[in-house]
Amino acid sequence: MTVQPVTRPDLSDLREMADRIRQHIVDMCAGPEGGHFGGSMSISDILAVLYGSVLRIDPDAPQGPDRDVLLLSKGHGALALYSALAERGFITIEELETYGRPGSRLMGHPLPIVPGVEMPTGSLGHGLALGLGFALAGRLAGSSRRAFVITGDGELQEGSCWETASCAAALGTDNLIAIVDRNYLQLTGPTEEIAPLEPLADRWRAFGWSVRQVDGHDVGELREALSSAPWQPGRPSVVVARTEKGHGVPFIAGQAASHYVKMSERMHAKTQAALDAFVEEQAP
Amino acid sequence: MTELAVREAYRDRLLELMLGDPRLICVDTDTGLFAGSDFQTASSRYIDLGIAEHTAMCVSAGLAASGYMPFVNTMAAFASTRAVEAVKINIALNQLPVRIMATHGGVSAGNLGPTHYALEDLAIMRALTSMTVVVPADANAAVSVVEQSVAMDGPLYVRMGRKPTPSLPGDPGPATIGRIQPLRHGAEVVIVCCGPHPVLSSLAAADELGAEGIQASVLNAHTLKPFDEATLLARAESARLVVAVEEHREFGGLGGAVAEILAEHLPRRLLRIALPDVFQPVSGSPDHILERHGLDPVGIAAKIRKALETNLSPRSSS
Repeated sequence: MTVQPVTRPDLSDLREMADRIRQHIVDMCAGPEGGHFGGSMSISDILAVLYGSVLRIDPDAPQGPDRDVLLLSKGHGALALYSALAERGFITIEELETYGRPGSRLMGHPLPIVPGVEMPTGSLGHGLALGLGFALAGRLAGSSRRAFVITGDGELQEGSCWETASCAAALGTDNLIAIVDRNYLQLTGPTEEIAPLEPLADRWRAFGWSVRQVDGHDVGELREALSSAPWQPGRPSVVVARTEKGHGVPFIAGQAASHYVKMSERMHAKTQAALDAFVEEQAP
Repeated sequence: MTELAVREAYRDRLLELMLGDPRLICVDTDTGLFAGSDFQTASSRYIDLGIAEHTAMCVSAGLAASGYMPFVNTMAAFASTRAVEAVKINIALNQLPVRIMATHGGVSAGNLGPTHYALEDLAIMRALTSMTVVVPADANAAVSVVEQSVAMDGPLYVRMGRKPTPSLPGDPGPATIGRIQPLRHGAEVVIVCCGPHPVLSSLAAADELGAEGIQASVLNAHTLKPFDEATLLARAESARLVVAVEEHREFGGLGGAVAEILAEHLPRRLLRIALPDVFQPVSGSPDHILERHGLDPVGIAAKIRKALETNLSPRSSS
């Protein structure tokens, strides 16, 4: 397979890709089913950096043996994933309009029937272990494959995540890279009030992982951390990415209620306007 | 009759096959089955994850999706209940060629107790998309199943016991996945069974009944899914009574599979002989536990005799 070379787009290109991912998410949440808005908006920059510059993948050969693998363990972030796959050419931008409509392959949680999706995710606590399997396969084959796994922060309340964290460190799987979407909110409220995760970085270190903490909305910090992993040979890596649930739409962001949103036409217009203003404001 | 643990026979054959087939991977969960095994040139393809069954199923899915064929090892209880969500979503739904090699099936854990029994596994695994479900009756069958499995697509669940069990008597012929293995002929009663103890006990019960003039055939239905419907229906056509014998709860396993097929295609009186729906923890060997529940030759023959005496279907008057 021809693995496409790692492109080095300008950071502004990655920012614009993240903006477009957010616009797609907003539009899909105005569809007939609504969608997991908050947790999709919070990973948009992460996915823009992965699909825009880090992942060695080929939309024309989505199953290539040496490909890097991305698993969206927090499968409810599907809207962001579909948008990133569309931006990267795995599916068309037009297909995003089918989300939530009868017969569409774009469901509320991603399935491998969508090109570029590796595994069905959505039941939390599976992705890290799946990523470990893909990483071990790469190691056995002597390939340069890396397996990236995006987990939610609330997801880390699932014990299976820590079962795998232990196994991956024991096996020295340094081509496994986790990214925690640390938005501090789960469905009904703050993670730290429901089942605290802090000190989260220390937890990962105690399990034998190499840890970096970055601003999950800063594409420069994300790209530096993700493209340089593994940072310690023989250890799996984790990027704890500080994010904001619903990021990009200030009047919804940072609220647990942003978890799942179905927008009326009026709400859609208001949200689009808020996102446009946010993008304008953020522009350097 | 030689006695060899089914799981040890499987292990030895897997080790041989791994040397010649670079796709094969042995994923272990600290089972101890491979302690002392020499994987030689395949040593990098032995992966012990520790006591982590959920992770083992997910890792196996990731390996299989990358072109490998993992044989993942754990106890039947853990494969079919603790880790079953990972089996359902990541292995079965994706139809990946993972071989789930489950030991300590049924009550073969004996004195270890009910936490280590698997009496629901066949029902659970049978219900999963694309899962082939096999219960080898002896070590020879286990070896044959492993050999056949490397040429198969899709996921496979193999239920094995813990301790050595006798080989099937005589030459039972090949245990071909998906085909019933007829072991004994007799027109009046058809005994369908699976697993070491049920098959051996069914054969002994059929001999006992035969001495009384009740002719029973014994069908080793080692593959519960896909089920060999044609052979079952052909044999059951002339029978007054069909009997399902299994080391499993009475719901959803072999008896369930046979009931579904008969009800749809050939209504016949069905007697299910299995572990009852009660929690009866009692210390003892597998033989002791099975005997207590009438799964020994004497118990099976007695239940069949009683069923024939009380056959209420219109056929019984003819």
